[in-house]
Amino acid sequence: MNPSSRENDLPSRAAWPWLLFIPALATGLVCLLLLALGMSPLAIGRALGSGSLGSWLKFSHVLSVWSPLLLCSCGLLFTFRAGLWNIGIEGQVIVGAIGCTAMLRLWDGLLPPSVLLPLALAAGGLAGGLWGILAGELRNRGGVNEIFGGLGLNFVAQGLIIWLIFGPWKRAGIASMSGTDLLSPRFWLTTPPGWRVAPVALAVAVLALAVTILLLDRTRFGLHLRAVGANPGAARLFGIRPDRVSMRAMLLAGMLAGLAGSLQVTAVYHRLIPAISSGYGYLGLLVVMLANYRSPAVPLIALFFACLVTGSIQLPITLQIDSSLAGVIQGAFVLSALLVHGLRRGKD
Amino acid sequence: MEISLADLLAGVTATAAPLLLAALGETVTEKAGVINLSLDGTILLGAMTGFAVAATSGSLAAGFLAAAATGLAVAAVLSLIGTWLGQSQVAVGFTLTLLCRDLAYFLGSPHARQPGPQLLASPLPLLSRIPLLGPALFNQSLLVYLSIAAIPATWFFLYRTRHGLVLRAVGENPAACWARGIRPRLVQTTATLAGGALVGLAGAGYSLALKPGWGRPQGCEGIGWIALALVIFGGWHPLRVALGAYLFGFLQISTILLQDLFPALPTQVFQVAPFPIMIFTLILIHAGRNARGRKQRFLLRLFRGRPPAALGTTYRQD
Repeated sequence: MNPSSRENDLPSRAAWPWLLFIPALATGLVCLLLLALGMSPLAIGRALGSGSLGSWLKFSHVLSVWSPLLLCSCGLLFTFRAGLWNIGIEGQVIVGAIGCTAMLRLWDGLLPPSVLLPLALAAGGLAGGLWGILAGELRNRGGVNEIFGGLGLNFVAQGLIIWLIFGPWKRAGIASMSGTDLLSPRFWLTTPPGWRVAPVALAVAVLALAVTILLLDRTRFGLHLRAVGANPGAARLFGIRPDRVSMRAMLLAGMLAGLAGSLQVTAVYHRLIPAISSGYGYLGLLVVMLANYRSPAVPLIALFFACLVTGSIQLPITLQIDSSLAGVIQGAFVLSALLVHGLRRGKD
Repeated sequence: MEISLADLLAGVTATAAPLLLAALGETVTEKAGVINLSLDGTILLGAMTGFAVAATSGSLAAGFLAAAATGLAVAAVLSLIGTWLGQSQVAVGFTLTLLCRDLAYFLGSPHARQPGPQLLASPLPLLSRIPLLGPALFNQSLLVYLSIAAIPATWFFLYRTRHGLVLRAVGENPAACWARGIRPRLVQTTATLAGGALVGLAGAGYSLALKPGWGRPQGCEGIGWIALALVIFGGWHPLRVALGAYLFGFLQISTILLQDLFPALPTQVFQVAPFPIMIFTLILIHAGRNARGRKQRFLLRLFRGRPPAALGTTYRQD
């Protein structure tokens, strides 16, 4: 139960050939499943490939999935390093989206869009950060395990956004699951013609990745996180306060997730919808697990997962196959990784 | 909407039945020191296989059996990678949750919105005519009878049989059990498989009885997390866990009634409301248990509960 007891085995350089078994095993399992169902893995693979990498338009769509997913994954690197299972990240994305929308609605007309838009993005980050702090406080003061505190807050965030969409912020005329009214185009992050991704969103994600790597590997804070994650008792003896360090990790993770929520509103949907988080918080957990909780592979794995998400959108139309296949493939990869790491441990 | 107390009680026992099965299954698993975080996905996958098998074979019994087997299979994966290969049980369980959910939607898409059989009530003669308790306890489906019987059965097994004693001992101190000639990982695997089968059965409880049919969403999404929370905040005691399951059933029923009192609030809010309310009720009770002072004494005694000492850790045999 205690996440700090998580076995954080960092693979040595000599261990890398083992890693090749992961994609081999996962692909094999998925192909077997598809063949058993009488589907052609080759045709599906080709459809996934062309649906995600076939043209710049499609690849830019992949990047619009990649940006928020990368933000969530970066946030989770902090909390995992501190030995925390921040399952509440999904709610932090939702609350970030709400915070961003609230700012845009409240201050519309009071400030010029060029000032208000960055403020709203920041407000989303702040809201997500506060939601993360809340889960952290529940854990540190209430003695509530962060998995269940976070989960409870996810349900609350889901209730909150549905209440807003069907209540105070409902669409003129009739409220519906399709969300609120569209934002005024003044508040859209610009997407160049022929693109599906806003360059600003992409820049924010890349910047966040750089800052994350810098903080984790090059600062005292990163060292403290590692110490608390590895052994809170020993960290305390060295004068580090584990509660405070883990709270900072929750704040950072929440802020990055909230920023992802802001981008979902201003760059992707241009309104608030019930499924505004697109499940990127949970998907981010899978990304970081597959990357073995370390930063180097995170951007690549996030890109691969984004390709699967985007490539599967057309599957129901072209091949009459449910798009949840993307999730099956992602899960198969992470499960294979866990299996291979487990087998390797047995060998040592 | 006018509703009698008897109807309300009957509604609560019926609504809570599958949740009860899942939560009791997880209690058994966790008492042996294994945490199975895959409940939410397993219930959905169980619901899908149960419905698909029952609809194609025409046999409800086959459907329930298939669902239990599905839960067993998912638990076997957790046992293999967690208990035997030493990977984090939380990581494996969470991955399985997402994988099973998508697998259920993927494999189940041909069966979406298809007609299927439904488990009907089989009233017990005489007993069902008892006022108040009759409709609640004795005019229900076999599944509800099973869920009610499972409460004392789980308690008796855990606290009054030798096997139950061994299981709890493994959850507390596997190394000491090994020294006494017990094989901890075998006990943990058995407990995980048995718990998993109950969780799978709970899934069929939704798709074949409580919310008959399959679709996306099915309507049982999120229940697995509630079951997990019930076990932890119910102090790993089957009777308190059962109490929590009935409380959640009551919440779900009462939000339907409250809808008429607050017509200004949209319906969708009422559908999601029981989930945060339940989790925060549990959290408050839990926080009260940790707080000091005289006022909490009563609560303290009522909700005294402590996780099995070895919960979530991997036992390594050297």
